Amino acid sequence: MKRNLNFIEASSLLEANETTSVELTKIYLDNIKEAEELNCFNTITAEQALDDAEKSDLRREQGKLKSQFDGIPIGVKDLFCTKNIKTTASSKILSNFVPSYDSAVTQKCIDAGLISLGKLNCDEFAMGSTNKTSYYGPVTNPWKSNKSDAKLVPGGSSGGSAAAVAADLCIASLGTDTGGSIRQPASFTGTVGLKPTYGRVSRWGIIAFASSLDQAGPITKTVEDAAALFEIIAGHDPKDSTSSIKENESFFDNLNSSVKGMKIGIPREFKSDDLPASTQKAWDDCKKLLQNNDAKLIDISLPHTMDALPTYYIIAPAEASSNLARYDGVKYGIREEGENLIEMYEKTRSVGFGDEVKRRILIGTYVLSSGYYDAYYIKAQKIRSLIKNDFNQAFEKVDAILTPSTPSTAFEIENEPNDPVQTYLNDIFTVPINLAGIPAISIPFANDENNLPIGLQLITNSFEEQKLLNIAKNVQDTVNYESVPKNWWQK
Amino acid sequence: MINGWELVIGIEIHAQVKSKSKLFSSSSTEFGSGPNSQVSLVDAAMPGMLPVINKFCVEQAVRSGIGLNAKINNKSIFDRKNYFYQDLPQGYQISQFKDPIVGNGFIEIESEGQSKKIGIERLHLEQDAGKSLHDQDPNLTFVDLNRSGIALMEIVSMPDMKSPDEAVEYVKKVRSILRYLDTCDGNMEQGSLRADVNVSVNKPGDDLGTRCEIKNLNSFKYIHSAIIYEAKRQIKLIESGENIIQETRLYNIDSGETRSMRSKEDAHDYRYFPDPDLLPLILEDDWIKKIRSSIPELPDQKKERFIREYSLSEYDSSVIVSDKSTSDYYEKVVKDRNPKLVTTWVTSELFSVLNKKNLSIDESPISPNHLGELIDNIDSGKISSRQAKDIFEEMCETGESANNIINEKGLSQISDEGELEKLVDNVISSNPENVEKYKNGKDKLFGFFVGEAMKLSKGKANPKVLNELLKSKLNT
Repeated sequence: MKRNLNFIEASSLLEANETTSVELTKIYLDNIKEAEELNCFNTITAEQALDDAEKSDLRREQGKLKSQFDGIPIGVKDLFCTKNIKTTASSKILSNFVPSYDSAVTQKCIDAGLISLGKLNCDEFAMGSTNKTSYYGPVTNPWKSNKSDAKLVPGGSSGGSAAAVAADLCIASLGTDTGGSIRQPASFTGTVGLKPTYGRVSRWGIIAFASSLDQAGPITKTVEDAAALFEIIAGHDPKDSTSSIKENESFFDNLNSSVKGMKIGIPREFKSDDLPASTQKAWDDCKKLLQNNDAKLIDISLPHTMDALPTYYIIAPAEASSNLARYDGVKYGIREEGENLIEMYEKTRSVGFGDEVKRRILIGTYVLSSGYYDAYYIKAQKIRSLIKNDFNQAFEKVDAILTPSTPSTAFEIENEPNDPVQTYLNDIFTVPINLAGIPAISIPFANDENNLPIGLQLITNSFEEQKLLNIAKNVQDTVNYESVPKNWWQK
Repeated sequence: MINGWELVIGIEIHAQVKSKSKLFSSSSTEFGSGPNSQVSLVDAAMPGMLPVINKFCVEQAVRSGIGLNAKINNKSIFDRKNYFYQDLPQGYQISQFKDPIVGNGFIEIESEGQSKKIGIERLHLEQDAGKSLHDQDPNLTFVDLNRSGIALMEIVSMPDMKSPDEAVEYVKKVRSILRYLDTCDGNMEQGSLRADVNVSVNKPGDDLGTRCEIKNLNSFKYIHSAIIYEAKRQIKLIESGENIIQETRLYNIDSGETRSMRSKEDAHDYRYFPDPDLLPLILEDDWIKKIRSSIPELPDQKKERFIREYSLSEYDSSVIVSDKSTSDYYEKVVKDRNPKLVTTWVTSELFSVLNKKNLSIDESPISPNHLGELIDNIDSGKISSRQAKDIFEEMCETGESANNIINEKGLSQISDEGELEKLVDNVISSNPENVEKYKNGKDKLFGFFVGEAMKLSKGKANPKVLNELLKSKLNT
């Protein structure tokens, strides 16, 4: 069978009876086994997956398919609660936690007949952009530089989700994106990553990092796949008070790739001399491509996006410091006994959380403290609305905005800067989108001089995912860039 | 005023919203179920769980706000109050900080025979915490989350009260209003309504003193005595040249003293911020209007109406309306009956039985219908007041209806003139000498004839009819 099947291809093969869900599942379980070195999975649910695949094949025989994608194996970021399957958020503190419930998103996948192969590694509590903060160790990017054998980061926090799709360990995967956690790893691994509009996808049952920013989305091999998986997981959920009441749309069926007459905004603030030449070139090439396809380029300004990073690093830790208070050793997760309650809290949380999580809890606690609240949290909220306003004004003039996804391509695991603020800069192009609550997609566009994928980011106004996917498909189809890493991990 | 010191009192009431389910989850709120039997994934703060506001609780808060003559805010915000404790599963309480659902209002209380306005600063909605049980095991604390997430209304007064009596009147009045509105059952023993009382003292004309807050008082008696103790404590400190430290204190019900729980310096920094899991609560004017139109008659209005319709005294009326069940009981009895008679029977006979037996009106051994029946028998002259009291007592014991007891014991009064005439004729014809004496001016003998006739009737003769008959027969 063809290697690197995508969602659409797999469903065609299943439909044509050229394969079965069990066969597909076995292939992918084998792929996973071979790629242990990449450390993509925290938990592999082989038995459950084969069982589910068998049931899917039976449904197919009986003509009772749950959806046109019934039987396709996917991977799930270990931040989604999954019924009777360990869910850890890649944290020691939840290393023994088995939920009694499925997140709204994973339930929708089950309802569509998708087969989960297991839980994908990520940064601890989704805090990070290298996947190095995971209690279960870093994920290795399937891509390698053609100049060095060093292992590269897959990006984060959905590093396992992105690497698994890139390495063909699953056909597609679920990630979450709080400040770039889908798009940045997608960019680093040559995959497609969609961050939907805030409120499109239910947050119910997803372990919270920063509630006002978190949003789940697909990481896939193609734009079509992103549309298909997005359509499966989107929709109103009365159990999530921030869920939009907007009706779900047929994103997949309605895909078309025309950009004729569309206005594409190029934000001047995103231009930088620090941008690697190859990334700048990819960005310029994409502009030309869109122009050639009869779209119009428009110079726009998003002045406040320059303050997005500090704003994000106040709001996200503030919410996180409160969201993570529930991991206290009392009800679930690990507990380190102490002489009294306070000591038990201190020991449990000292042992249970990693450094990056602790750092953000401390920052968040600090910015919410009385005396600092106005200077930090309130000010950050004000800037957040200015950023949102920048985008509102831009979308009066343009249909979409085109930027690079990340300021660099994947870097070496061992070569991460010591200063966390340097690492935070990875998110500089993605963070403003979360603050504004609008949708964005990262698509692979070209290789850099080291043969590593460069991702570009398209952004539209709230609830315009259809337009976003259409433009992304236009770029994908025109550039025809084949982003498959060499399978060096296969012996 | 104590020894020339003025008291200033402000009160925060925590009232449990009467609702079948919790503020942000669908778990039951029933009191007294087995530990941790009413706990949803949300109440236990399982990872990924999200709160969804219970519309009915919002409606109850709005209803309460209207009853407190308060401003209903079209936009309010839920905040997180962050602190760690074993019975607070989320690690924060969802409350309302800067933008409560209900703003300024007031209620009127009676103080020294005068009506006095007490300002309401705000009412906000918040979650209750769970319960820690420290007495189940020598080394462990047990946690019961049944209460976790139950909706509370925190009602904050202005510092408008000047005496422990006023403080108690205030809490009584708020409780009464909430019970009329059916938004809180007001059961203080079960903790459905509890008060935190802020007390300070100052010399007349001076600035307000430093206040101390006494937490968690759950009876009128405790509120009263805690305030007196606390005021005296503060006065003694100031008079001996010391300063009052702003702090939170606990009242010990056994010793009647308050003791320090934590000072202002030790106060938690709760790091309030808007809960990002919840959107601002927006209330449409039409919806508020609809609730407003469904507000029942409240104690003050009912008191005026009772005075007007049933000619009750100011005092009787306020006693009867102070409790909704009592006023309901009264109105059931008084319907189409003599209000004066009903008032007497309810406020003296019934209340004294209830007091003696320590029962609430809802537990009254005599139903309104039965009491009404008894009063009907008095009013029609079928039984005398004296008989009525005996019957009433029996009704209390047996729960029987008045009519049944009257019939069973043949207690009904003889008012039939024909029957009584025979008795009277009999007495007159058997005592010719006394009749002669009477007719010759010995008026005092009238009592003798009444007594004889009563004896013959076995005490059942209607005295009024009997008197009239005797008078007319003897005077002809």
